[in-house]
Amino acid sequence: MTNLRPGLIGARVQRLEDPRLLAGRGCYVDDLRRTGALHVAFCRSDESHARILRIDTSEAARAPGVAAVVTAADLEGACRPLRATSRMPSYQATELPVLAGDKVRYAGEPVAAVLAESRYLAEDAAERVAIDYEPLPAATDPEAALAPDAPRLHEDLASNVIVDREFARGDAEAALAGAAVRVSGCFRMGRKTPAAIENRGYLAEYDEGRRRLTLHSCTQVPGIVRDALAELLDLPGHRLRVVAPDVGGGFGAKVSLYREEVLVSILARRLGRPVKWTSDRREDLMSTTQAFDEVVRAELGVDEDGAILGLRAEIVGDVGAYSVYPWTAAVEPVQVASFLSGPYRVPDYRGRVRAAATPKPPTGAYRGVGRPPAVFAMERLLDMAARRLGMDPRDIRRRNLVRDGEFPYRAPSGLVWDRAAFTGCLERACETIGYDELREMQAAARAEGRRIGIGLASYAELTGVGSRIAVAPGMPINTGTESAAIRIDSTGAVTATFGVSSQGQGIETTLAQVVAEELGARLEDVEIVHGDSAALSHGTGTYASRSAIQAGGAAIVCARSLREKVIEAASHLLESAPADIEVTGGAVSVAGTDRRMSFRELARAVYTEMGRLPREVRERVDLEATGVYDPFWGTTSPATHAALVEVDPETFEVEVLRYVVAEDCGRVINPLIADGQVHGGVAQGIGAALFEEMVHDPSGQLLTASFVDYVVPSAAEIPSMEVEHLETSAENNVGGFRGIGEGGTIGAPAAVANAIADALGVEIEELPATPERLFRLIGPGRRAAGARMETGPGGRGRGNRFTANQTNSGGRSESGSGPTRQSK
Amino acid sequence: MSDAVSELRDVEVTVNGTVRRERVEPRLTLADFLRHTLGLTGTHVGCEHGVCGCCTVRLDGAAVRSCILFAVQAHGRRIETVEGLADGESLHPLQEAFSDHGALQCGFCTPGFLMTAIEFLDRYPDPDEEAVRDALSGSLCRCTGYQSIVAAVLDAARRLRQGG
Repeated sequence: MTNLRPGLIGARVQRLEDPRLLAGRGCYVDDLRRTGALHVAFCRSDESHARILRIDTSEAARAPGVAAVVTAADLEGACRPLRATSRMPSYQATELPVLAGDKVRYAGEPVAAVLAESRYLAEDAAERVAIDYEPLPAATDPEAALAPDAPRLHEDLASNVIVDREFARGDAEAALAGAAVRVSGCFRMGRKTPAAIENRGYLAEYDEGRRRLTLHSCTQVPGIVRDALAELLDLPGHRLRVVAPDVGGGFGAKVSLYREEVLVSILARRLGRPVKWTSDRREDLMSTTQAFDEVVRAELGVDEDGAILGLRAEIVGDVGAYSVYPWTAAVEPVQVASFLSGPYRVPDYRGRVRAAATPKPPTGAYRGVGRPPAVFAMERLLDMAARRLGMDPRDIRRRNLVRDGEFPYRAPSGLVWDRAAFTGCLERACETIGYDELREMQAAARAEGRRIGIGLASYAELTGVGSRIAVAPGMPINTGTESAAIRIDSTGAVTATFGVSSQGQGIETTLAQVVAEELGARLEDVEIVHGDSAALSHGTGTYASRSAIQAGGAAIVCARSLREKVIEAASHLLESAPADIEVTGGAVSVAGTDRRMSFRELARAVYTEMGRLPREVRERVDLEATGVYDPFWGTTSPATHAALVEVDPETFEVEVLRYVVAEDCGRVINPLIADGQVHGGVAQGIGAALFEEMVHDPSGQLLTASFVDYVVPSAAEIPSMEVEHLETSAENNVGGFRGIGEGGTIGAPAAVANAIADALGVEIEELPATPERLFRLIGPGRRAAGARMETGPGGRGRGNRFTANQTNSGGRSESGSGPTRQSK
Repeated sequence: MSDAVSELRDVEVTVNGTVRRERVEPRLTLADFLRHTLGLTGTHVGCEHGVCGCCTVRLDGAAVRSCILFAVQAHGRRIETVEGLADGESLHPLQEAFSDHGALQCGFCTPGFLMTAIEFLDRYPDPDEEAVRDALSGSLCRCTGYQSIVAAVLDAARRLRQGG
C-alpha cells in the first residue's frame, strides 16, 4: 500500500508506527531505565481543604533505601512561582505550588515526596511520613462556592470566582419574551477524567558536566513544558530539553504543565541523579486534570415554525482548586459559553459564565474542551422545543442550521464559522442511518412495548486555531503556529522534524504522507521526528485538533521550499531547465528523458562529490528547509451524530444499537486514521453519556478512585459505528485540512442523551444517564406502565453480552450514583 | 518490613522460550518483574488493580493479569509476552491484522489486547463478533473505540484458520 503516487495524501496507508508498537518495542517514559535513578512516591493529602499543621519526615528519611524526603519547605527558592496568567478581564490567577505548603486544597494534592532506590521502597517510606491537618470549611458545590461569604479556597484572592464573563448579542431577554415556545433546563454532564491508559510519568536527568537538564515526559506539549521550565528554573533552552517519547494517550490530560514535572526536574538537578515518577491509577484519578463539570442553566426561545429567536444561559464551572498552566481554569467554562449557540443561526444571545474554585482536583482540557457540555445543553434544548411544537428533531435542525449561502457566519459570541458542510452533515447522517425508516421501525417497536429512541446532535468546532484567535485569552504562549524542518542528508534520507508530538494520533504516518507527497519522496524514505524540544527553535505540541492543520501546513510550506532547492540542484546536475525537472518517488528526472538521479545520488553530488556543482550553488542549495505555518483564524469542523438506542424497561440499561457520524474534516489525509479518531472520540462520548463520572462526596472526597468505580466503557458497551466524511474544501488553510481529533466526544453525549429522551419520553438534563438516574427520572407510575408494556424476556436480543464476569454490571456503587464494574 | 516480605526468593521462569533465573522480593509483581527485572517493557501497566488488561501475559498458556500476580507465583512456569509474538521482523498474523485494521493508536493497551486475543483464538478459532467483544471486554482501550480491534481479531481468526 506504500509508495502510491500520485495521491499519498488521502491514501489508506498502514501506520508507520505500528511495527514497533505491535512488537512491544515502543518506548514510553516508564520503559526508560537509568542507572542510579531515584524513584518518587508522593504523600498526597487525604483532606480536601485543610491547614497543614506539621509534617514529620524523620522516620521516612531513615527508612531503607531512602535518599531524600522533600516538602514545600525544602523547595523554597528552588523555582519561580507557577501561575497561569491571562489578560481576560475578571480573571484571578492562582499560584500552583510544587508541593502544598501551608494548606491543601484538594484530596490528592501532593504534600511530600519520598525519593528512594526503588518505587517499592519509596512507597514503603511514604507511609511513614506523618502529616497533621486542621480541616477547614469547604464549599464543594460550585454554586455555593460563588457566594461572597463562602469559605475561600485561596486567601489571596477576592473570592472563589476565578473568572466572570459574559457573551451577548442583541437582546436575548426580549427575544425570549416574544417567543412562541420557550424551553429551559439545568444541564450537567458530570465531572469526567480523560483516563489515558498510560498514567502520567516523568524522568528527569541532569548532566552535571554540561549542566544540562533533560526531562522525559508523557506530555502532549514538550515545547510548552520546555519554555515554562526554562522560566521557572532560569535555564536557557539549550541546557533544557523536554522529550516526549511514545505516549500512551493524552486526550487533553497531558496538555498542562504538572507540578510533578517541575518537581522531578528540580530534584534531578539538585541531587545529580536521575529522578523518576510513574503515577499509579489511583493517583491519576485524583491528580490528573478533570473536565466537563459545568452547571448550564439555559433557556431557548423559538417561533411557531421552530426558528430560534433567542438563547440565554447561566453557566457555572466547577473548576477545582487551581488554574492549570498555561490554559487557566477558564479554558473550559468560557468555551461552554462561547460555543453554546452551536452551528445555528441564533440572533440574540446572552451567556454568562462564572468559574468557581472548589476543593477538588483541577480541571483542564479534555477532548472537546467545553463543547461537549455546550452541545449537550443546546441539542437537548432543540429537541425539547421540537417536542413542544410537535416537530421532528431533524426538521428543527434543518430550520436553524447555518446554510450554505450564509458563510462566513458570525456566531453571537464572535466566533466565525467558515464554509463547511453544516446542513450536508445533517442530511448525510440521516440518510446513512435511514432516519425515515427508523422512525417507522420505532413506532412499530413502541407498539410492542420496546423503548427505542433516535437521537441527533449537530455541532461545529473551531480547529487549528491560528495566531489571530490564539492570542485572545492573553496567555503567555503562542498556540497559533507550528514549524517544521526538513532535510535530505548526505545519504539521501529525508528527516522531517516537527514541534507537535503524538499520543497515538499517527502523525508519524500522516505527516510522512504530506511530506512525501509535497517533496516527491517515497513514504518509506521519510522519517518524522517529533516530541523533542531540542529539535526545533519553537513548537508547542498536539492538542485542540490542530496537528493536521498546523503541522500539516508547516510540512507543506517547508517541503515546497525544499523541493525548490532539489530542483535547482537537479537542474545543474541533469543539465536541464528547472521547469523540466520532475521530483517524484524519491528521485529527480528530466521530463520526457531517461535522465534520472535518486535522492541518494543527488545528495552525494551535493554534499560529497565536490566539483559536480558550482561553488555558489553548493553554498545556496543545502537540501534543508524550515517553515512556519499560521492558519491565522482557524477552520470550522462540523458534524452530525445520529444514535439509535434501546432502554431496557426493567433494568434501565441503555444499549446503543447503531451510531452514525457524518463529519466534515476537509481533505482526509489517511482514512484509516481519520476513522479511528472518530471511533475513539465517540467511544469517549458514549462513556461520558452512560458510564463515566467522577463522584466527590460533599466533603470533597473522591468516591471513584479506581477503574472499578470510574467506568471506562469496554468493547461490550461500544457499538460499531458508521463514519461518513464530507470533504468540503477548506480554502483557508494551505492543506485544505480541518481538525478531526475531538469531534467524536463533542457530539456523542448529546446524541445519546437525545436518543434516550426520545425512547423514554422524558427530558434528560443530567449525565451519565445511569440506570439509577433513569429509574428516578421516569417515576413510579411510568415504571409500572413500562413493566406492563414489556412483552417478555429476551426482547433485547443480546442478553448474553452481559453475562460474562468481566463487563459492566450497570449497577450502582454504594457510595455514589455512578455505575460500577464487577471484579474481574 | 518483616523478613517474610524482604527475604529474597529464587524464581525460575521460561519467558518466550528462554529460561530466566532471578532472586526477587516475594512482593514483586509479575508485571514489574517482567518490565524492570527482565527488561521486557512490552508488557504495560495501566491500573495496577486488574481492571484495564494492559499487563496481560500468558502463564502456562492462560491469559493472566501480571499486575495482580507476584513473580514468585510464576516460579517454574512458562510465560509468553508480546515480545514473543513476532518471528524476528515478521509479525504474527494477529499483529498484521491489527495494523491492517488500524486497531492501535497510542499502542499502550495493545500488548494486553494481543495477548488476550491470541489466547482466545487458540480456544475459539472461529468466533463471531459478539464473542470477540465479550472476550475483549476485560481490556480497556481509550483510543480506538474497539471497532477496529474487533475487526482485526475476526480477520486474524480467518487468517489463522487459513494457516496464517
